[in-house]
Order: sequence, then C-alpha cells, then structure tokens
Amino acid sequence: MTRRPIRFYQVGSFAVGNRLLEDEERTVQSDAKRTNSIDSGHRACQGCGEALGARYALDAAMRATNGQLAVVNATGCLEVFSTPYPETSWRIAWLHSLFGNAPAVATGVAAAMRVKGRDVRVIGQAGDGGTVDIGFGALSGMFERNDDVLFICYDNEGYMNTGVQRSAATPPAARTATTEVVGPHPGNVFGQGKDLPRIAMAHDVSYVATATVADLHDLEAKVDKAMSLHGARYLHILVPCPLGWGSASSDTIHLARLAAESGLFPVFEAEHGVVTSVTPIRRRVRVEEYLRRQKRYAHLFATEPATDVIARLQAMADANVARYHLVNDETANSDLEA
Amino acid sequence: MDTPFAITLPVGTSRANHTGSWRVERPVYVDRLPPCNNACPAGENIQGWLYAAESGDYESAWRTLIEDNPLPAIMGRVCFHPCETTCNRVRVDEAVGINAVERFLGDTAIAHGWSLPGPGADTGTHVLVVGSGPAGLSATYHLRRLGHRVTLVDGAAQLGGMMRYGIPAYRLPRAVLDAEIARIIDLGVEVKLNHRVDDVEAERVEGHFDAVFLAVGAQIGRRVSVPAGDSSRIIDAVNFLHAVADDDPPLLGRRVVVYGGGDTAFDAARTAKRLGATDAVIVYRRNREKMPASAEEFEQALGEGVTMRWLSTVSSFEGDRLMVEKMALNADGFPEPTGEFEELDADALLLALGQDTDLSLLEGHPEVTIDHGVVQVAPSMMTGLAGVFAGGDATPADRTATVAVGHGKRAARGIDDYLNGRKTILPPKHDLAAFENLNTWYYADAPRTRRPELEKVRRQGTFDEVIQGLTEENALFEARRCMSCGNCFECDNCFGVCPDNAVVKLENNRYEFNYDFCKGCAICVAECPCGAIQMVPEKI
Repeated sequence: MTRRPIRFYQVGSFAVGNRLLEDEERTVQSDAKRTNSIDSGHRACQGCGEALGARYALDAAMRATNGQLAVVNATGCLEVFSTPYPETSWRIAWLHSLFGNAPAVATGVAAAMRVKGRDVRVIGQAGDGGTVDIGFGALSGMFERNDDVLFICYDNEGYMNTGVQRSAATPPAARTATTEVVGPHPGNVFGQGKDLPRIAMAHDVSYVATATVADLHDLEAKVDKAMSLHGARYLHILVPCPLGWGSASSDTIHLARLAAESGLFPVFEAEHGVVTSVTPIRRRVRVEEYLRRQKRYAHLFATEPATDVIARLQAMADANVARYHLVNDETANSDLEA
Repeated sequence: MDTPFAITLPVGTSRANHTGSWRVERPVYVDRLPPCNNACPAGENIQGWLYAAESGDYESAWRTLIEDNPLPAIMGRVCFHPCETTCNRVRVDEAVGINAVERFLGDTAIAHGWSLPGPGADTGTHVLVVGSGPAGLSATYHLRRLGHRVTLVDGAAQLGGMMRYGIPAYRLPRAVLDAEIARIIDLGVEVKLNHRVDDVEAERVEGHFDAVFLAVGAQIGRRVSVPAGDSSRIIDAVNFLHAVADDDPPLLGRRVVVYGGGDTAFDAARTAKRLGATDAVIVYRRNREKMPASAEEFEQALGEGVTMRWLSTVSSFEGDRLMVEKMALNADGFPEPTGEFEELDADALLLALGQDTDLSLLEGHPEVTIDHGVVQVAPSMMTGLAGVFAGGDATPADRTATVAVGHGKRAARGIDDYLNGRKTILPPKHDLAAFENLNTWYYADAPRTRRPELEKVRRQGTFDEVIQGLTEENALFEARRCMSCGNCFECDNCFGVCPDNAVVKLENNRYEFNYDFCKGCAICVAECPCGAIQMVPEKI
C-alpha cells in the first residue's frame, strides 16, 4: 500500500504538509527547497493541471535520484508552453526531439548513460496524444525491450495545445473540436479509445501505476516506488485541463479528485501485470457531479438531460469500481487508524 | 550580442516572462472570523488558543485564552458554549469540544501555578467595582492590566457572586473557583467584603473613585403568589442555593417540587437530590422545546432521577398537598390554563421563576435609564451617569457567566477610554469564515472526545464534580480537530498546488504570493482547507 494510515487528525495526510508533521511525513512539494523542475514564467494556461503534475512527479524523481536525472519530452503542451525560444522553464536536464519518438530517445539516453558508466536515471514524458497515439509504437517497443526508463503520461484527455482535438484517451461523450456536439450521438463515441495502463500491464513491465494531481502523497509515493525499480516502468497521471475540459481554472484539483472519487479514473498500482494495490474511494460521488462542472459535457445537461448517456458513463465508473475493488468496506468513511 | 544564425535572443530562464500580467484577480491571504470566536460572549480568540494547543504548547494556549477571559477553568465548566453550537465542524462530523479543552487548559494552569500577566504601569486612576461575580472579576482583571487601581466590593462574605452562591459545587468545585479568583486578586486589588453599596454616587465621592463599574447581578428571586398553608415550606431557589453554598442548607424533606424551567430550577432540583430528597419534581408551565434550561443540564438531571411535569403550573400548596393545574399551548405557543387539576405530595416547594436586579443604589439619578428592571448602557457599557458603567445580569443581555465576562472586558476598555478622554470605538469585525469557505476534504473524519460523566450512582449523594476533565492525550486530539476556520494553519497546500510556483514559503512557515508570476487561477483558494485566501479584483 502506498497510502499511509492517518495519524494526524487535523488534516490527515491529505494536505501538502503541516507544521506539526515530521519532515519525512510531508510531501516533497511542502519543502521550500524542492527542485521546482518546471519554473515560473511558463506559458501554460491558468490552472494548468499538466504543469502541476509535471512538477509533482519530477520534483519527487529529483529527490529520489538525488538529482541524477535526465528527462526526455515528447512534443505537446508541456513542451510548447515550457520552452518557447529563447526561454526555458526547465531547471533539470531536459531534452526534446519529436512528437512520436520520446520513448525511443529516452531508451537511447539510458543506453548512453549505461555505456558511459554514469548512474543517471531517465524519465520519458508526454501528454496523452504523444503516449497513446503518436508515440505508442515507440513506447510499446520500449516496454517490450524492458529499457531502463520510467515513462510518464500526463493525461488531459485530448490534443489541447493544437486546439482540443480528440485523442485515444478522450472519454466517451466528451466534446472536442473533432467530436462536436452534432448528430444523434453528440461528443466522442463510446467503445473506442485505449486504456494505456492496462496495455502497459499486458507488456508485463515491472511497474505500472495511475495517479492524479488531487492526491499528492499517493503520486509522490508512486514516483518513489518507480524510481526504486529498474527496467521499463509506466506512470499515468490524470491532469485536468481547464481549456479543453471547459472547467474553471480553480477546479483543476477538485476535478481530478472527483474523477477518482466517482470511479471514472481508477487509481491503482500493478507489478508485472498484477494489480497490487488500489487507492480506495473515500467519499464516492455519482458521475454527474464530475461531469456537470465541465463544459465538454454541457450537452448532457441541456434542457433534456441525456440520462441514457449519463447512465452509460456511470456504468463505466461502476465497472471500474468492481474491477479494481475501489470501494472497500473497511476504509469507506473511516480515516482513523484502528 | 553573439548569437547563432537566425537567432536574435540568447537562451534564458522563463522567469523573464512575467505571467502575472495575465491576471484579472489576485489571491490575498486573509484572516476570517471563525464562527466560534464570533459566537463567544467573552470574545475569546478560540481558534487562536486551539492553534497553540495543537502543538502541545498549553501554556501559550492558556496565555492566548486569558487575553480575553481570566477564568478558563470556571468557564470550561459552566459556559453553555455557543462556540460549539456554531462550530463549522458540526457539518463534517461533530463540533470540536472547545469547552472541554478550555477546561483542560484552565486546570493545567492551576496545576502548574501559571500566573496572570502583571498589572500595567500605574495610571494613577482608581476604579470602584461593585460585585465580584464574573463581570466584576473580569473587569477587575482587565482594569489592572490597563494600569488602573481597583477596589472590589461585594455584599457577601466571599468573592465569586453567583458562581459561588448560585452554581452548585458539583458543577463548579470551590477549589477551582478560589484558585482563579485568587489569581486576579494577586494582581493587587483592594477587596472589601460584606460591604453593601446603597448609593453609588455617595460611594464614589467618599472613595474618590474616578469611575465605577456596577456588576451587581440579579440576586432577587422572582416571587409568585401561591396560596399556601402556614406549615407549607416555600423557599426561593436563589436563597436555597445560597444557603447550601454557605454550608447551611435548609431542611426540605423527602419530596421536593421545583417550580420553573431555567438552569436555576435544575440546579435546585439536583441539589435537593444530593441533600437526600427521594423525589425531585420540576413543574414547568411550557414544554421541552420552550424550556430555557440547557440541554446538558436537562439530560444530566434526568440521569440523576429528577422528574419533569411539563405544561403545569402550581396553583396552591396546603400542608403536604401541592395542587398543579395542567396547561395547554395555544396557537401562539403560550400556555393557557385548562381547568384540570392534579395533586402532588410535597414537603417543600422551591421557586425558580427568574431573578431580578436590585438597582436601589442608582436611585435619584434620572439620567440613568432603567427599563424592564435592568440598566441601559452604551456600547462602552457606560450608563446615563458619566463615569458609571454597568454589566452582567444587571444589564440587558443573556444572563450567563460568559456574557458577564465579556461585559467586564468591554467595560474595562470603556472605562479606560473614558479616563483617557477617548471616544469608545468598537473594532470592526472580520468577515465570517463560513462553512462554504472551507475545503473539508482535507480534514480527516474524527468524532469528538467526550468528557466522562461521573457514574450516576456515585454522584447522586455527593457534591463531587459530575463532568470529569480530558486527559492530556484527549485534549490534544480534540484541539487538533479544530479546522482553523478562516485562519492559516500552515498546511503548505497553497505552496504545493500552485501550477506557477507563485507562492513563496517564508522562514516563519507563512507564505506570500509572487505576483510577478501568479496568473490568478485561484487553485490555492479552492484548495485552502480553512478558507484563508480570497480573490480580489485587480485594478485594471
């Protein structure tokens, strides 16, 4: 289990830190001396979940590797908003090549480090487009060869940088520029798309995990775990996108939380293809609560609510709850340590 | 500048790009008024002292508490704690046991012998405080801290007013009362006991006092005419409790009826039980919902075997036969007689029908307004008579010890303003920290720690304290349940959740915004657990 039982009653372990917690119980993010891998002045939108997710993951990895880290970035929002020439927001060793080849470049960097005999760890990272669509072949190869790379996907469920187009990670019914709200089945179709964490698990890599920007302790624990292992590893982080999702900039973390608490985004970790732990739902909510706050689902809540579509999305959440055992009688509504 | 072909700028940090210019609203740190502080009649900074208690620094918690209220061990026992009623945590699980923690701090202070902060530099002015109940003691304390000399007079033989002569020892042990009073007197106060003031102006002139604070309380039990035989024992509950406090309890017999529905009625009934009454019946003319007594007192009394006779009035008392008439509530909720009577066996009848104030010491001063039996006062607590202030039960307000403590503080400040020729201006209140300002996701569920009650059997015959205190472990747990509504408690959330690293963590564990880079997304506001950040529009 990456989740710690809660011993401190004022804020549990949900907040970033707390003056009364021992240093080792606080997150990397609570440390005034954290790396700040991606620095101020980047051009991400207000409330960008991806900028936040990248800093969370990379700061944790920087601590785990004692700063001996190289990061390879695919094309995408993260690359564009962080490095418009002549500025860069990266305060770590960072490399960008092409949209589709980040996993292969990361493999090369890892091989180079091995040949040079340097103990530098490698992370490859991309958005969901670069991971599940464009870079998928290279990523699958990296998994299959078991190259010593942690690949992180910052999943904001679409091609947001180029104007919000559908990716294979866009959920059903969501409006994008290529799945407009027209015709008998408005928004993205049901029954398509890829569940990359499960595809990664099918490659039998040593570690696969999902996380969100709403649970920092969990996210950091997973980065730590991943960096303690070698070979191909995969981390899939849900990072809400105010622009593409049509949500309030202040709602970014709240939406990530609702995605997990509704069951639509299961948070778990797996080793060698077997789920080893799940983060149980603490206060389960119905999917409406998550969907309503996003304009990409506004058509579901028009004068005639699309109850059938909402029911299908709820069924997806319920299926996740059943598949990953997300509702645990022992932990439901009980934050107290026994 | 030497740059490669087709490149016009050198590579540099993105910090050159001040994204703060995108912003139309800016976050600012605020201190909102927690509902507990807002509800406290004594004006305590409850969130403030719980904050200190959370780290286990009980002395500093106590010192924060006594800035406003010098009687925490007493208030931790007798206060009806409106703070807990309004506590935002009610909507998460249960209210924080503020009163229990206050008592723990008060008891810890007594156990360690912590003394109050010393008196202020002598101002050369001299104030007369009439009455040594909670209002008089509170005023004395605050006046001494402001450097005024104080003479405290009381008509009774001992200090404490209704805390000694009204509240029974099983609710407020005398050792606690004595300890907290002594601490105030130790600040250098001239005390005159058995000293009744008959004319305030004469007393002022004679003693050369620069100002007077009247905290004479409401000591006279209200009477009602009950046709009664010569042998029937009808006793005023106020006098009864006073006599018990003087260790001279009257004989009541085995069957005692108490008439009334306030806390005094319950104090009298529970005291009668302890003195050996087998039956203690409270006769009240209205129903449970309309009864003014506190819910806790009611439940404890029932637990001790006190019985209730709702919707009834006493119509006569002959020999040992007490006649009650049944009442019915009319459409407006007022009780009306039904003409139906019932007989009760009774050896004594205690009247607890409310108390009046003896204001004869203010007679002959037309500038003093007395309305509904109480003195009207300005916000500074000054009466119509310049330099004469009043507070506590003698003024229009809820008649509780905590209100009286608050009056004492306010009057002391009013007197200080008066003596310095300043106009009293009440400080503006901060915006209330409403539940909607909180993000309660971050607070782990944790039900409150209850103070154990003395086992019923043990308390029935004794004046031992009924409610026991918290252990240190429980007090710490309870303090940490505080959600710190509206006031930063250093959880690092804002520092952690900013996508633009625009929150700076300072050396003192507090934070500030770097407006060069803050884009105004307001995630920090949404994820601040306690609602201590607010968005305000930028001037554009």
